[in-house]
Amino acid sequence: MRTLDHNILTLVTFVPLAGALLLVLLPRRDRDIRIFALVTSLLTFVLSLHLPVYFKRPLHLGTGFHYEVNSPWISSPTIHYHIGIDGISLWLVVLTTFLTPLCVLISWKSVHDRVKEFFILLLILETALIGVFVALDLFLFYFFWEATLIPMALLIGIFGHERKVYAAVKFFMYTMIASMFMLAAILWLYAHTGTFDFVEIQTQIRAGGVPNLSAAALWLFLGFFIAFAVKVPLFPFHTWLPDAHVEAPTAGSVLLAGVLLKMGTYGMLRFNLGLFPEQSRQNAPWIVVLALIGIIYGALVAMVQPNMKKLIAYSSVSHLGFVVLGIFSFTQAGLNGAMFVMLAHGVSTGALFMLAGVLHERRHTYEISEFGGLASPMPIYAASFLFIVLASVGLPLLNGFVGEFLVLSGAFQSRAIYGILGATGVIWSACYLLWMYQRVFYGKVTHAVNNSLLDLEGFEKAAVWPCALAALVMGVAPIIWLAAIDPTTHSALVPLAQMTAKVVGQ
Amino acid sequence: MITPLVAQVIPQAGEYVRILPELVLSLFGILIMLLDPLMDEQRGQKTLGLIGFIGTLAGLLATWYMSQSPGLAFSNSIQIDGFSAFFHVLVIAIAALVILSSYEYLAVQHIRAGEYYALILFGTVGMGLMSSAVELVLIFIALEISSISTYILAGFRRYQAASTESSLKYFLLGSFATAFFLYGVAMMFGATGSTNIDKISRYLQSNGVPLLVYIGTALMFVGLGFKLAAAPLHVWTPDVYEGAPAPVVGFMSTAPKAAAFAVLLRIVFAINEPAHFWPVWVAAALSMTIGNLGALVQTNVKRLLAYSSIAHAGYLLVAFAMTTPENWPNGIAAAMFYAAAYAAMNVGAFAVVGHFANAGEQYVTLEDYEGLGRSSPLLAAVLTIFLLSLIGIPITGGFFAKFYVFSAALRANLIWLTLIGVVNSAIGAYYYLRIIVVMYMREPRKQVPVSRVSFGVGTALAVCTFATIYLGIFPNRVLHYAQQSAQNVMPVHVAGSPTSTAEIPAIPRSRP
Repeated sequence: MRTLDHNILTLVTFVPLAGALLLVLLPRRDRDIRIFALVTSLLTFVLSLHLPVYFKRPLHLGTGFHYEVNSPWISSPTIHYHIGIDGISLWLVVLTTFLTPLCVLISWKSVHDRVKEFFILLLILETALIGVFVALDLFLFYFFWEATLIPMALLIGIFGHERKVYAAVKFFMYTMIASMFMLAAILWLYAHTGTFDFVEIQTQIRAGGVPNLSAAALWLFLGFFIAFAVKVPLFPFHTWLPDAHVEAPTAGSVLLAGVLLKMGTYGMLRFNLGLFPEQSRQNAPWIVVLALIGIIYGALVAMVQPNMKKLIAYSSVSHLGFVVLGIFSFTQAGLNGAMFVMLAHGVSTGALFMLAGVLHERRHTYEISEFGGLASPMPIYAASFLFIVLASVGLPLLNGFVGEFLVLSGAFQSRAIYGILGATGVIWSACYLLWMYQRVFYGKVTHAVNNSLLDLEGFEKAAVWPCALAALVMGVAPIIWLAAIDPTTHSALVPLAQMTAKVVGQ
Repeated sequence: MITPLVAQVIPQAGEYVRILPELVLSLFGILIMLLDPLMDEQRGQKTLGLIGFIGTLAGLLATWYMSQSPGLAFSNSIQIDGFSAFFHVLVIAIAALVILSSYEYLAVQHIRAGEYYALILFGTVGMGLMSSAVELVLIFIALEISSISTYILAGFRRYQAASTESSLKYFLLGSFATAFFLYGVAMMFGATGSTNIDKISRYLQSNGVPLLVYIGTALMFVGLGFKLAAAPLHVWTPDVYEGAPAPVVGFMSTAPKAAAFAVLLRIVFAINEPAHFWPVWVAAALSMTIGNLGALVQTNVKRLLAYSSIAHAGYLLVAFAMTTPENWPNGIAAAMFYAAAYAAMNVGAFAVVGHFANAGEQYVTLEDYEGLGRSSPLLAAVLTIFLLSLIGIPITGGFFAKFYVFSAALRANLIWLTLIGVVNSAIGAYYYLRIIVVMYMREPRKQVPVSRVSFGVGTALAVCTFATIYLGIFPNRVLHYAQQSAQNVMPVHVAGSPTSTAEIPAIPRSRP
């Protein structure tokens, strides 16, 4: 068991990559390739379940991270293959491994051209995404961070819709330029601490042993923050998102919204708060304002979208605003809520994109006005859609509610006006999602073509229903998730609390 | 009875070992020249190419043998150490890869010429000599040997006006630039009374740095900057690269650059006045910016890669951002690593371009690359790896190359230069990405025939791909070796340098 504990993270991270490499060798028989990709991603998911199940075991290194591996990779500069997870990254890893097989399923029929390339890219993307969440060496982190970019851009650019090239290039350039600032900050840290190791840098910063830090800290904070803010995306860096989403293939959208955006909020939590608590506190006011603008603006723009996928994309801007609000409220409830919204959003928005993709495959359009009264030809589809919409809106007992409730209570603790403005976001989200639902599903069938639309098929059910189930379980028993999250967020807040105590003490 | 004075001048047998690679390559070059008239057109080409390739392999072997006996030779005009061995391996390996990829190219272009391979070997002799010479006059001669070969190589598609233009332009401007170098050498001699880098360094150490030395260095920098294609001496690059045969461009955008860089490193550190490095920094910043901005608007892939090579010369020059002696080995090692990584990806990229260009180099615009990902997935995938490496994406050698260079600059607190470099890499990403986008995301508008990849090109591509990925995942070995040999370039008087006891000819072997 000991060796399994030691190697499980490496396994989970690299099994998809190994699968992708094997896929290269496989002959171009589409069916075999699909099955192979499904098996690989399911295997990864099963392996990743080991992580939460045995999470309570005592740590074998004293750094607060589980399943840690730390072995030298490159001696000069000293780069270590240092991976490990805590309560923050645990569930994001599982979210990634959970969504990938569903992406394979939802692409079963919709991708029929260059199938091999598609699944190779998808599996490489999974490895890169997991790598981002488990890396504890800044260099390794940057490595995986950039590595997510290429498969995603290619997925959008090759398998996307009409304006795919524009969207892919815009996505690539936006995030690439932003992450250059992060690279500069990482290099600065390396030059002045002599290590890339996250834990070591954190210890050095807390001990005050880094020369020139006080002058540079603000710039370093901003360097990291810009890279993460573009990824989240925080208003006003969000303009790449609607284009990328609308043009991406369904599986691309699911992973983009479900996991890629969380890389940004995860980064804020891990690096901005973890390394620069003081600067986080100083800069919190304007960041919170941006988050609030994102919540309200995203929701308002979503409301007027004629395009279903764009609507869901803007709803992501709004929901991720909640996450940032929760993080920068610096309260236990806020942080827990932020984490929970990340997971809930991954599950329910992922499912929404899948459902939108199902419609697109049948009618080749996302325009809401092209539909109407779909509830009668597609009852199962309509029911599934409603379930997910309600989860996303934040109906109690479903997953959206728990996270938003926690974030808002955290925001109220920090400042009442934050909570009040944030709470309007919940109302807006009900407006745009339910209104969209009404226009698409209720009333009479407005276009004759829609009468003959097929209901959900087997593969589509297999992709969507696990999300619905997860949404229900997360809503009913959030404690399963929060039990691991809570201790970590608690310790993440300790340096912030100490700082406040110091300020009060003076 | 030989007088002691004469005995000093007559080289000993052991000294010839220290130019063994040059001797071997020259012999093979001459052999090719002799055999060329005896061969018939069809089969001769292949045989001569094979001889050339064997020549480079023998050259590599000779380099290994040479590196076993480090030290000075020929009245202290040649210094064999880890540093020169590194660049020998680099330029000879580049020559070998270029010969491999030229094999098919020459047949497709109907260029009949055995001397093509001979010229590549002679050029390599010059570049090898550049990296081991520590005597300015010898450096000049080596520079000329390498330049004259490449001038001729650039004009090998002689029925194409563009190629002739390329050759002539390169020749006229190049000879002008080397004249500057010679003038700089003369100034150096006037100021210090010697043309030996080691002696110059000692003289400056004890007597201070006179103004004439700065002028001399600046003039030499003009000569070398031309070879490096560093702004503002870059203007020739796009036209010359566009006209020259694609494999030759792969050759002359990497090997002479590496050699010129080796010379520049030796000279600049001998002068040892880091405060006056700023012209190099300015050239670095200008090259990166001009190269990347210029590449943005290109539609011809060869021109695009020409501008990209200007930009990469800029990144390389950032490695000179060393303000204190402790930083020097870092910078030198970063530069050496960069030269190696750049060679792997650029030779590979031009091999693909050369293969794809077809007879008369018809297919070299971005439009021709549309849909290559579908019609020739393997070729497109390989080119994508090289382009990603040129962008500097992780898992490729280009990433670590940029990374080392920028961290060397940051450690020297040259934040502005690093920022310019970082912003430039982001700009650079755009145009490399354009090629990838065109290959994978557009449907072909015209029918471009893609011929089967021949064995030679295939091998060259496989080696380049392997090297690019290897440097991206295990950069350790090469970097470690570079760091050790960086010590050899350090001027004699810098503390901690192993060459500080310069009287002894044997320099500690530096193998990892």
